[in-house]
Amino acid sequence: MARHSELAVDRIRCDGRGLCHELFPEMIALDDWGYPILAPGPVPAHLMNHARRAVANCPVLALRLQTARVPANSEAPVRRR
Amino acid sequence: MSAGPSLLSGPPLEAGMEHLDAHLARLGALPPGNAHALETLERSGLLGRGGAAFPVATKWRSVAQRARGDAAILANGAEGEPLSHKDRLLMERRPHLVLDGVALAAQTVGARDAVLYVGAAHGAAVAAMREALAERPRAERRMTRLVASPARYVAGEESAAVHFVEAGVALPTATPPRVYERGIGGRPTLVQNVETLAHTALIARYGDAWFRGLGAGTSSGTALLTVSGAVQRRGVVEVPMGSTVGEAIARAGGASDPGDAVLLGGYFGGWVSSEQAWEAPVDAAWLRSQGMALGSGVIAVLPAGRCGVEETARIVAYLADQSARQCGPCVFGLRAIAEAVDRLAHNAARDGDLQRVQRWSGQLAGRGACRHPDGAAVLVGSALRTFDVDFARHAARRGCEARPAQARQGVA
Repeated sequence: MARHSELAVDRIRCDGRGLCHELFPEMIALDDWGYPILAPGPVPAHLMNHARRAVANCPVLALRLQTARVPANSEAPVRRR
Repeated sequence: MSAGPSLLSGPPLEAGMEHLDAHLARLGALPPGNAHALETLERSGLLGRGGAAFPVATKWRSVAQRARGDAAILANGAEGEPLSHKDRLLMERRPHLVLDGVALAAQTVGARDAVLYVGAAHGAAVAAMREALAERPRAERRMTRLVASPARYVAGEESAAVHFVEAGVALPTATPPRVYERGIGGRPTLVQNVETLAHTALIARYGDAWFRGLGAGTSSGTALLTVSGAVQRRGVVEVPMGSTVGEAIARAGGASDPGDAVLLGGYFGGWVSSEQAWEAPVDAAWLRSQGMALGSGVIAVLPAGRCGVEETARIVAYLADQSARQCGPCVFGLRAIAEAVDRLAHNAARDGDLQRVQRWSGQLAGRGACRHPDGAAVLVGSALRTFDVDFARHAARRGCEARPAQARQGVA
């Protein structure tokens, strides 16, 4: 089993400040009301610093990175561009 | 349907609740809940009947493994789906099947207490469950309590149910942890719909082969369905799983002046064209593979001359109103969708309303603590597909061919 990191939001805590989008627009968009829309799937390794910064700066501690396991025989979850 | 045992076989339903002595005389004693019972349940293929259609044995096993004898059970009879009546009928007329299921589950997963979570609005069901509980053996009575759940749509969602039992707040909580990890009293908790529990009581007695044999084709068991809308006899029917929707409608006396769509699964299901619906098998896995849902077993036939856009507007307004108001995408997104669909329905559409509804409903899935917004998104998406011509006419403020003003009461 390989491991990778995914973004997740506690939707009850989140109140749509939008900092996460400012800091990590590559994987976090905002809807018409300012609430985050996360790109699905693993955070690519070369973007992990951005992801960590967005998580650290969420003013209500709603954003987090969680590890997800993928079977070793599935497609490599992390693709470098 | 075979003449053998099923959920609603036995004395006539009009006779009311079946008491414990009659129940035991008819069906015999409940076998013990143990590893053998769990294996039987696994082979039976039983899926949960509350809406998610999750494999029951898998759920029991994960609770049992985590709990080590210290689990809790929550029998979910909240039945907040406005078009569903099957759970309250079962609780009113066959409460001992449900209580058998609770006892079996408690023994099998190793639980020391159980909660009967029954919709406060379903007064007859609350009374029957309370009366039936009083007839049970002392050990069961001591471990079981009845909690009347508030009449709110999300009160039946599993984390909301546990939250209400624990803290009196019927609102979903953030996951993880899921209730099977940490629920009532912080302990692993099995939350199971009452119909599902009743099925386990019969599977334990008659075996998995018997249960599989009840189904049509490759499906297992029977299903309780609530049939409403343009049918001769609105109400609950029990059909073999895998029967077609058309056969279920026939069990309700057949359709009466049906329109061209059926709401399958209820408010958290979706609209299906009549052409497609009539032949569709009542089977959760099959329906899901086709982008449809059995949900909590609702079949509502849209009457001829009713406007699907207006019916959808009514349902979406209800779902927006029933949001727990905890998560932004659900609070703002659902309300905006409801307002736009309402404008479309009443020929007051603004430019771009239809496109906005499409975009917003496509953004809802997975963006709440519970699956309330996901369900609403599926409902709206199905309406946009099934009533595409009507939506386009409404968007152009040209009305539709149905005349909704004639009669305001449709399926919803």
